[in-house]
Amino acid sequence: MINKLINRFLLLAVVAFLVQSCAKKLDLFPQNDLTPDKAYANASGYKSVLAKIYGSLASGGNGGNGSDPGGNPDISGGLDEGSQIAFIRPFFNCQELPTDEAMCGWNDQTIKDYHSLKWTPADPFLKGMYARPIWNITLINEYLRESTDEKLAGRGITGTDADDIKKSRAEVRFLRAFNYWIMLDLFGKSTFITEDNLVGTDLPTEISRTNLFTYIETELKAIENEMPAVKTAVYGRVDQGALWALLARLYLNAQVYTGTAKWNEAVTYAKKVIDGGYQLIQTPVGAYSGYAQVFMADNDKHRNEIIFTVECDGLTLKSYGNTTFFVNAASGADKADFFQGGASGWTGYVATKGLADRFTDLTGNTDKRAMFTTSLYGTSNLTIPSLEQDILFGGGLHIRKYVNKRSDGLDVRDVSQRTFADIDFPVFRLSEMYLIYAEAVLRGGTTGNAATALTYVNLVRTRAYGGSASGNITAGELTLQFILDERARELYWEGHRRTDLIRYGQLTTNAYIWPWKGGVSSGTAVDSKYNLFPIPASVLSSNPNLTQNAGYN
Amino acid sequence: MSPRNLLKVGVLCATLLISFLAFAQNKVITGKVNDAKDGSGLSGITVAAKGTTIATQTGNDGTFSISVPNDVKVLVFSSIGFLTQEVSLEGKTSLSIALVVNNTSLGEVVVVAYGTRRKGDLTGAVTSVTAKDFQKGSINSSEQLLVGKVAGLQVTSGGGSAGGGSTIRIRGGASLNASNDPLIVIDGVPVEGNGIPGSANLLNTINPNDIESISVLKDASATALYGSRASNGVLIITTKKGAAGKVKFTYNTQLSLGAITDKVDVLNGDQIRKIINDYSAETGSTVYKNLLGTANTDWQDEIYRKAFGFDNSISASGAVKNVPFRASLGYLTQDGILKTDHFNRLSATLNVSPKFLDNHLSVNLSLKASQTKNTFADGGAVGAAASFDPTQDIRSNNKYGGYFEWLDAAGKPIGTNGGSSQPNPISLLEFRDNRSTVNRIIGNIQVDYKLHFFPDLHVLLNLGLDKTKGSGNDKIDSLLVTNANTGGRYSYYQQKKTNMLFDAQLFYTKDIKSINSKVDVLVGHSYQDFYTNVFNYGSVNQKGDTISTSIPTLRTDKPQNRLESYLGRVNFTYNNKYLLTASVRRDASSRFSPDNRIGYYPAVALAWKIKDEFFAASNLVSELKLRLGWGQTGNQDGIDNYAYLPRYSPSYDNAQYQFGNAYYHFYRPAPYDVNIKWETTTTSNIGLDFAFLNGRISGSVDGYFKKTKNLLAVVDVAPGSNFNISLLTNVGNLENKGLEFVLNTVPVKNQVLSWDFGFNVTYNETKVTNLTKRDDPNFPGFDVGRIAGGTGNYIGKIAVGYAPYVFYVKKQVYDSEGKPIDGLYEDIDRNGVADDKYLYKKPAPDVLLGINSQVIYKKWNFGVAFHGSFGNYLYNNYHAGNAVLNAIKDPGLFIRNAPASYLETGFNNQQYFSDYYIENASFLRWDNINIGYNLGTITKQNIRARLTASIQNVAVFTKYKGLDPENSSVNGIDNNIYPRPRIYSLGINLDF
Repeated sequence: MINKLINRFLLLAVVAFLVQSCAKKLDLFPQNDLTPDKAYANASGYKSVLAKIYGSLASGGNGGNGSDPGGNPDISGGLDEGSQIAFIRPFFNCQELPTDEAMCGWNDQTIKDYHSLKWTPADPFLKGMYARPIWNITLINEYLRESTDEKLAGRGITGTDADDIKKSRAEVRFLRAFNYWIMLDLFGKSTFITEDNLVGTDLPTEISRTNLFTYIETELKAIENEMPAVKTAVYGRVDQGALWALLARLYLNAQVYTGTAKWNEAVTYAKKVIDGGYQLIQTPVGAYSGYAQVFMADNDKHRNEIIFTVECDGLTLKSYGNTTFFVNAASGADKADFFQGGASGWTGYVATKGLADRFTDLTGNTDKRAMFTTSLYGTSNLTIPSLEQDILFGGGLHIRKYVNKRSDGLDVRDVSQRTFADIDFPVFRLSEMYLIYAEAVLRGGTTGNAATALTYVNLVRTRAYGGSASGNITAGELTLQFILDERARELYWEGHRRTDLIRYGQLTTNAYIWPWKGGVSSGTAVDSKYNLFPIPASVLSSNPNLTQNAGYN
Repeated sequence: MSPRNLLKVGVLCATLLISFLAFAQNKVITGKVNDAKDGSGLSGITVAAKGTTIATQTGNDGTFSISVPNDVKVLVFSSIGFLTQEVSLEGKTSLSIALVVNNTSLGEVVVVAYGTRRKGDLTGAVTSVTAKDFQKGSINSSEQLLVGKVAGLQVTSGGGSAGGGSTIRIRGGASLNASNDPLIVIDGVPVEGNGIPGSANLLNTINPNDIESISVLKDASATALYGSRASNGVLIITTKKGAAGKVKFTYNTQLSLGAITDKVDVLNGDQIRKIINDYSAETGSTVYKNLLGTANTDWQDEIYRKAFGFDNSISASGAVKNVPFRASLGYLTQDGILKTDHFNRLSATLNVSPKFLDNHLSVNLSLKASQTKNTFADGGAVGAAASFDPTQDIRSNNKYGGYFEWLDAAGKPIGTNGGSSQPNPISLLEFRDNRSTVNRIIGNIQVDYKLHFFPDLHVLLNLGLDKTKGSGNDKIDSLLVTNANTGGRYSYYQQKKTNMLFDAQLFYTKDIKSINSKVDVLVGHSYQDFYTNVFNYGSVNQKGDTISTSIPTLRTDKPQNRLESYLGRVNFTYNNKYLLTASVRRDASSRFSPDNRIGYYPAVALAWKIKDEFFAASNLVSELKLRLGWGQTGNQDGIDNYAYLPRYSPSYDNAQYQFGNAYYHFYRPAPYDVNIKWETTTTSNIGLDFAFLNGRISGSVDGYFKKTKNLLAVVDVAPGSNFNISLLTNVGNLENKGLEFVLNTVPVKNQVLSWDFGFNVTYNETKVTNLTKRDDPNFPGFDVGRIAGGTGNYIGKIAVGYAPYVFYVKKQVYDSEGKPIDGLYEDIDRNGVADDKYLYKKPAPDVLLGINSQVIYKKWNFGVAFHGSFGNYLYNNYHAGNAVLNAIKDPGLFIRNAPASYLETGFNNQQYFSDYYIENASFLRWDNINIGYNLGTITKQNIRARLTASIQNVAVFTKYKGLDPENSSVNGIDNNIYPRPRIYSLGINLDF
């Protein structure tokens, strides 16, 4: 009897085990990660995605657990989070290393190819540089898809929350245009995706340089009146000032980008920004000139001069790829001039004698922008002995422009470690607009005039000379070459030099030679194909819709 | 396991022992068991009454006495190494039995997937290693028992740390980005392969003394029943069980002493002084000269020590009231040779296997509990000692604990990120106290019920649980320069893992005499749940203040995955000569989307006993069997639990954006592949098992071909098509092919002397055959193997047509004296720019070798074991980064030591990509010498004793210039491993 019962019970149990389906039990969801319906469930979720869209220009990832920001990159592909997939540092490498303004002493992969003007499609730094803007655009497109009126209504988001999200759509479209401008400038064409291209299914197409120019221009004009009015955005967000500044920069280089000059438009939009109410910082604070304060840990105060910054923060926005890089890569045993704290400098980046030669006085006593002399490295040893020498830190011009200290003497945000910089990266500043106005007028723009151009240039110079007119120039001295040199003096290490030299036909030609240009100590001209970067080989092989730039096949 | 739980187990064991009572019997049979060959008495032979659980063992002279119920008609005599004999009683009360040695051990039962099989009937490539063949000496972790023992199996320890882990590879790796580790099954419970914080190696939670056998399942026909987890092979660990009979106790104790065999060959203080002084004289710069000290410190001498180990285990096994059981307790305390390194294990096992209902219902309860305690020495000290300036004294008057440290003018440590980039190696050990405790309990209950009305059918339920908790406290003192800026750093961590198994199986066995066939069928259902509970904590400094930057954004995480499976197998034997095994498993995994989660893994194998076909009566041929196998298996380990889902992850506190006055964490979308699925490996195997001369020569040859498709590889995807430019997706193919040869011989065997000699050789070749979804012959492959030095520098590639991790380097140019020229490389494509890299050598070996020999002379035994690896290369990252002038005079303004190879190259700058640093790391390691002496019975209480002594890691034969050529780094990068000590051990084994 017992046996029979056990038999039956066991058989029943076994059959139940064998037959029952656990299909439902296999649908598991993560505890912390959010599926899209949860991420966009409320207004604060939208804010967090918007924060990522802005933050993707400041940091290469989502931060790390603990003090180190690493380990959580947005973009992998074998690339390094700080040096290759962030925005500011790779962009700096592309814009400054191929020029007289910067050389790198490290043996990191192909980094030396930049200054030698001999990069190849296999370059890993370029792979990261190509990936970053497109990644940002992919996210912006997703945000635009998720923030339509129907989606907001469907999620029950209404009132001021919904209005704020709607307004943010214009901002992210501006940021998309800005990211596309980077592609336009560096690669001369781009992978092209809009909110109509879905993630995971569509293979993106290519857009030509001319069409990309038109797209950026059209987009910016389309959202001009949807953007917050000039100088009204809260800290960290963009308004019309940034939009006009991007248009001014786009038009200044229109001839390079499309073959058709747009000097009048460049003048017009530079003027719009200038008339928007921005001011150069004049008042020195302690030892820090007005100019110096623009690149310090508390430069977030200077929103009168800086039109659009990418925020960096030593506590809440850490990255080895943002302004932390400027502070550390440029410093060595003289670190105390750059920051306080126990960390030592990375002894990596210096400028060539080419930049030094733009200045008549390297001491900083007259032109305050000459922030070179440091406590340890003089300004006399400007020769860089060898490109291959690991430690070229003994030579070259040592740049002390970005300083992670506060002009007001208060401590930086991360008082315990002071490893990461608080300095916001200025993308657009008023000085650039003055110089765009002047250059575009000189090149034939008729929407402005030469007298105003001279005034604007002298505004820049007066501030540079600490409020003194001793550096001012005359109308006769205001030549195109002067403006190029003035841009070097005013905007060095801000990511303009390559674009400027191309516009002046001096990057690859022998019109201007600086030490180590082309990889030789005396400098040499290189193939004109280096006016554009190649499409990275891995990108080409993963997307057959794309084509290589001339000369790189 | 807490001490309280241990106590409970102990009490349970004791209760079982005390309740041992005799019970009534009806007749007594006595007799003697002799060796059929020479007539000598055989001890330790199991004598069992057939159909009952009553059994005993023969004494030293071979005699036995057993009381059995009157209805018992047959006695069964069995022992490992002898053919089992059944003897009819037929009224006899005294027996004389002659047992025949079973040299080929064909009758041995081997544990296979979901069951056991007689060795002679195996159809797949399975090697079972039993306790008597395990590696000898002081072994802390179970996988180390197999080193050099199995063809096609490579076990490489990560180094010599106490309780450290190993890399296990069966027939090379079948994957690139997913896991290459075999599935490990412990007593029927497939266990979590990934580690847990606080444990260097989860396999060290099992006491090697409790292991009976380890089966290595190599080909798909052997592993396919494990379906989507079987592509990398399977290790089935079976622990010792109790046997029927009198309770026997075994006590093992072993004392060991480990010592460093060799040090990294570095410069001494005088040599460094000369280099810096020469540099100073040459350049006029006194910056580095002023940093020089006057000492000649050998930093490596300061960090290593003699390491003691003490391993004890006691077990009781037998039957109490007819219930067989085995219980054991083990305690190991093991020092590491690096000062402060320590490993400690307390383990207990209990196995009870009662039978009920006229033996129709058998229950097997198995419990393994352990507590390991680790004190991790800071491994950075190994590298720091090799590169710390030998001109400095150990001690110095500073505020960092009195050890010399590199400080700047302000007295702050020189280094990046507020710490020191060159901490004193001794202070690293002294001022860090990093302890962990890992508790693990693996338990399962198997209920096997043979149906009363249909005895050919039996049902097995297997409920298993594997619960692990790892926690620890990492205390870095404020005196340690690396963490001086935060005032020390105390971090607590904890993680729990739970793995539950519900298995139900039906077995059907039938002898179909009419067609001279035997069939056995298995149908089963399995459900397994893997659940991890991660706890994140902030760190505090020595004063107890929270370090603000350490506060975790996410306090917990609970990753989980499940697997639901059906499985079936048919074994069909015809005429006892032709064997067929066919099986299939259906796995459904929660890691894949509902449309995609079901996979089928079929396998089929044939074996033909040629011996019985053609040489049935031959004395020359003892065994000849041909095996053919084919099967498909999967691999899903290494895929994120939720990789198919679109999802956003919140950022950490150090990644926020400020809008106005408010800070916002980021939500970031992760790349996802909605179609992701497991890798599929198709394996074909052909094998021949042979034995000649009554087993005096035996062995096997196996050839295999493995092809993995839907390879899980992280590949480039078009920018803008997903939320990353690379994605783990199913793309590409990889092939493994190889040959295994095993030969075991018994050159001498007589009453006083026997000599066994065996070896195994494996040839394996792995090649990537495709990496792109779209055919692209120009695709250069992926960079892999990030090196120490520079930022983002890689030394290897995954490239089509090559072995994985092939090195990608520049071709060094040498001067007429054969000295490499600093920074000069061959212009391979002759385009005038000498910047070309080429694909050169690879980290994985071509050939593996294992050699074992054992001599038994009277009461003595003597054994040696070797294992080797050939055709494997290493990138000597330590030399590449340190053997240059610019490393000696570090740009951070301190001095570092360099390997002596600097004197050979004289390089000024790091030449990271020179093929000069790709070195042949082929080696032959003499694993051990062991000697044993059997004292026999030493007391009146019948205590038998055996003494053992061994030396492990006797010698290494290699051309490699680094410290140790045996390196578990998958990408072949050597940055100085924790040195493997030479270990001398003495042991006593008591049976009573």
